[in-house]
Amino acid sequence: MSNNEGVIYRISGPVVTATGIDARMYEVVRVGHEKLMGEVIEIHGEQSVIQVYEDTSGIRPGEPVLSTGQTLSVQLGPGLLTSIYDGIQRPLQTLEEVMGVFITRGVDADGLDLEKKWDFVATASAGDEVVGGQIIGTVQETETITHKIMVPPKASGTIKNIDSGEFTVTETVCTLDDGTEIQMMQEWPVRHPRPYTQKYAPDTPLVTGMRILDFLFPLAKGGAAGIPGPFGSGKTVTQQSLAKYSDAQLVVYIGCGERGNEMTEVLDEFPGLIDPNTGKPLMNRTVMIANTSNMPVAAREASVYTGITIAEYFRDQGYDVALMADSTSRWAEAMREISSRLEEMPGEEGYPAYLSSRLAEFYERAGRVETLNGDDGSVTVIGAVSPPGGDISEPVSQGTLRIVKVFWGLDAGLARKRHFPAINWLNSYSLYPQSLNQWFRDNIASDFPEVRTEISALLKVEAELQEIVQLVGSDALPIDQQLTLEVARMIREYFLQQNGFDPVDAYSGVEQQYAMAKAILTFQDEAKKAMAAGARLQDVVNVPARTELMRARFAEGYLESIGGLVDDMVGEITGTVEAN
Amino acid sequence: MTSKEYKTITDIKGPLVFLEKTEPVAYGEIVTIRLSDGSMKNGQVLDTSDDAVIVQVFEGTEAIDRQAGVKFLGDVFKLPVSRDLVGRILDGAGRPRDGGPDIVAEEKADIIGAAINPYSRQSPHDFIQTGVSAIDCCTTLVRGQKLPIFSASGLPHNDIALQIARQAKLKDSDEEFIVVFCAMGITAEEYNFFRTDLERTGALENAVLFVNLADDPAVERLITPRLALTAAEYLAFEHDYHVLVIYTDMTNYCDSLRQIGAAREEVPGRRGYPGYMYTDLAMLYERAGIVKGKKGSITQFPILTMPGDDITHPIPDLSGYITEGQIVISRELHQAGIYPPINVLPSLSRLMGGCIGEKTTRDDHKKVSDQMYAAYAEGRELRGLVAIVGEDALNERDLQLLKFSDIFEDKFLRQDRDEDRTIDETLDLCWNLMSSIDEKYLVRLDRELIDKYGQHTE
Ligand SMILES: Nc1ncnc2c1ncn2[C@@H]1O[C@H](COP(=O)(O)OP(=O)(O)O)[C@@H](O)[C@H]1O
Ligand SMILES: [Mg+2]
Repeated sequence: MSNNEGVIYRISGPVVTATGIDARMYEVVRVGHEKLMGEVIEIHGEQSVIQVYEDTSGIRPGEPVLSTGQTLSVQLGPGLLTSIYDGIQRPLQTLEEVMGVFITRGVDADGLDLEKKWDFVATASAGDEVVGGQIIGTVQETETITHKIMVPPKASGTIKNIDSGEFTVTETVCTLDDGTEIQMMQEWPVRHPRPYTQKYAPDTPLVTGMRILDFLFPLAKGGAAGIPGPFGSGKTVTQQSLAKYSDAQLVVYIGCGERGNEMTEVLDEFPGLIDPNTGKPLMNRTVMIANTSNMPVAAREASVYTGITIAEYFRDQGYDVALMADSTSRWAEAMREISSRLEEMPGEEGYPAYLSSRLAEFYERAGRVETLNGDDGSVTVIGAVSPPGGDISEPVSQGTLRIVKVFWGLDAGLARKRHFPAINWLNSYSLYPQSLNQWFRDNIASDFPEVRTEISALLKVEAELQEIVQLVGSDALPIDQQLTLEVARMIREYFLQQNGFDPVDAYSGVEQQYAMAKAILTFQDEAKKAMAAGARLQDVVNVPARTELMRARFAEGYLESIGGLVDDMVGEITGTVEAN
Repeated sequence: MTSKEYKTITDIKGPLVFLEKTEPVAYGEIVTIRLSDGSMKNGQVLDTSDDAVIVQVFEGTEAIDRQAGVKFLGDVFKLPVSRDLVGRILDGAGRPRDGGPDIVAEEKADIIGAAINPYSRQSPHDFIQTGVSAIDCCTTLVRGQKLPIFSASGLPHNDIALQIARQAKLKDSDEEFIVVFCAMGITAEEYNFFRTDLERTGALENAVLFVNLADDPAVERLITPRLALTAAEYLAFEHDYHVLVIYTDMTNYCDSLRQIGAAREEVPGRRGYPGYMYTDLAMLYERAGIVKGKKGSITQFPILTMPGDDITHPIPDLSGYITEGQIVISRELHQAGIYPPINVLPSLSRLMGGCIGEKTTRDDHKKVSDQMYAAYAEGRELRGLVAIVGEDALNERDLQLLKFSDIFEDKFLRQDRDEDRTIDETLDLCWNLMSSIDEKYLVRLDRELIDKYGQHTE
């Protein structure tokens, strides 16, 4: 006979050992008189080792431990959007109502509001044959997002009964012939990827509105990117910009072991921000998970799984979902902390030996897929990495770079110069351009890839020339190379720099990006011509129309005005020949 | 509650005592240890099971033997809090150090502190004018922020901290801060420096001091900041005070943490510091902020000395990953005779964006500070080049930027220890100094602002 009640044998920080309980791996248990939530993470003979999601101070050996028979799961259904959860999907708003402003412990809370009635519109009818993943109805969850109610992945049969109307998430909306009852809410164990039919190769960019990303190092929908960088280099601002401006239909934002105020900022800001892609408030498409640095580490460890399971659930409805995890290093550190309490044999820098496989499994949950219902959906994952001292030779950075195809390397030196986004254009890379070039040719300009190549080539040449300048000064260079330096400066200051907080320039559509890149190349061509005809470099560089062209990007309507500004610049550059 | 005294110590190692065969002892429970000479020590449970208990002894294990008697007090560490804390000086474990009476508790607060629900926070947005140009213009301090000073031995971080404590105020307001000062392992001389200054300005009457000095128990330092923050939370959130917590030196705190980790034979993280140091520090730093429905606030000003002036050392590194920016003190500027020797380039205030601008400071603040930074950064870089190729090899633009970097240090950074500049004075000064650079090179400023504030002469 199995025993579902045992006692605590040992407590060491967030790790508790219990005896006398027959628990399964990853089963959820209740620890102590206060019934703190925990998860079994190791079994040694009689002993079950449990990671506890709440503070364990004051708990004693001998207190009871109860098994629940369930594994750590999330509740999926209408009500996810606009919510903010802790790492184990407790709504922070509910916690505030119950506990006040400080998070105390021993409180359970459902991820979804079980009382709220939603307007369910059946899209399937009695007699329909349905399989797992099939959509049987919809709920207009927010202004922009229609929540599609699906048959749970493992169920199938013929619909006996289905009704439109007002339902709570736990009421049955549909019954199958075999008696299976379907509710709007599904539960899914977070450590298991949700099933899909097949993975596709990505072929569409996730447009972010950040020039350096879209233009030079594009990420595909369904792809994965890593953003490593030392503190203060711009990981969070980049992640938040992606959450604001990227053309994903849904965003899952995980604040994993980072600052409380950063989450507050998102909460304050997003409801008032408009999604440039839909014109509707951003909050409508956002789910947030906040397990900040001072909240329990075991729940931090769980937070990334909670987040990605929610992302997969919306993917299964046919949406393009983007997930940001800030920062995956804190997740890895949570693993390290738990592992060291378990006295496991440490790998590199004290991280558990399974670190890299956990990272790989996580990023593998990204992808563009054919869903069980034959639709197309994607999860794009963007993970921030916080390498100690900014040195990416450490295990989390390396483990991440082995998996992701896009590396946006943040650079402390650039951040110190207030060159933002401080993404180093020399060592960052994307392995997607080949698969995305066709999209850019079809949707933006037929020579888009060539323009990109030209811009990146100029930046590479600049880096080489800078080495010489460091030895001899720029005046010693031949005049054409001095021009190249000026063109490269224009690329950096006008194109690559993009203030994430500028009300206008923070978002730049891909067409505008292309127009700006072309403007730079036009400057180069015209300058060469003028100089060949005798104009002085200084005069060419200093034409006021060029400065105006650059400054005007901070004003609305730039895409419309840029053509005229370029013409003005060309005119003035031509004028420098006559002036001589 | 009279609890049983155990004489079951098995091992003593570093600051840790290991016992066996006790009644169930709570994780985090407070412990007293009676030595054979009758003297007492205090500690806390770090690990507990049916078979064994590990206790961390705050005063160190010196003179403890296996005959020592250990009592478990049935509760976790709590600080008696009351309004009477204000004006008091306590030791590193919260006992009076000023000869005054014990604190009569209005309540007892758990010193570990619960995490503020991120949903219940309010974004800090009130500009604090420190009167120090480098800070006000470039790394603006915000009420409710945690902004550490990254310094190194022999640099004037204490002067800067005190100058800020003296001058900090909301623009156009007399609302004052009360200071909670927390000393961890600093020298008596440094402590006296702080105390005398707080006394001289009258701030001491409105301050609470928690003092653990260099010759006080090292392990006690692990609780001192927790006591200080518990007091701060009580004063801010129960009594509506705006509290400025200055704690120094975080480096000593981290070294104590490392000592415990080593004694427990934990797998160390970088440079021997425990793998959980990030989380541990976060449990201190995150106790800053403003919460919904409460009038008070906690602003933190931790000071740390970077071992070997190395900002990538785990102590500044992990701190910088948690705090909302950092003010970096530079030895080079100090040696050049500049006070305050703040290197603005690696310095940062993450909350600045939301607190500056037309409504709070001035419409030009953001762009001016960006431009000042960018020009200074480039100018500084050119110094390296000039050392190799000489000024002749520079073009006109570079020459101007190079000169500007000197002006920046001499006129903008440099100010007296009691010089309190308003934000308007600071920004006007910036325009004045930027007039040494041709307008066309000031690409971060827009036309409108140049027309409004520019001091270029044709
Ligand atoms: N794209 C950007 N535009 C403007 N400022 C930025 C940008 N990225 C970073 N910053 C500046 O750098 C600071 C630190 O950025 P943040 O993203 O918080 O760094 P990290 O998360 O890497 O520690 C921000 O507070 C902001 O001042
Ligand atoms: Mg960050």
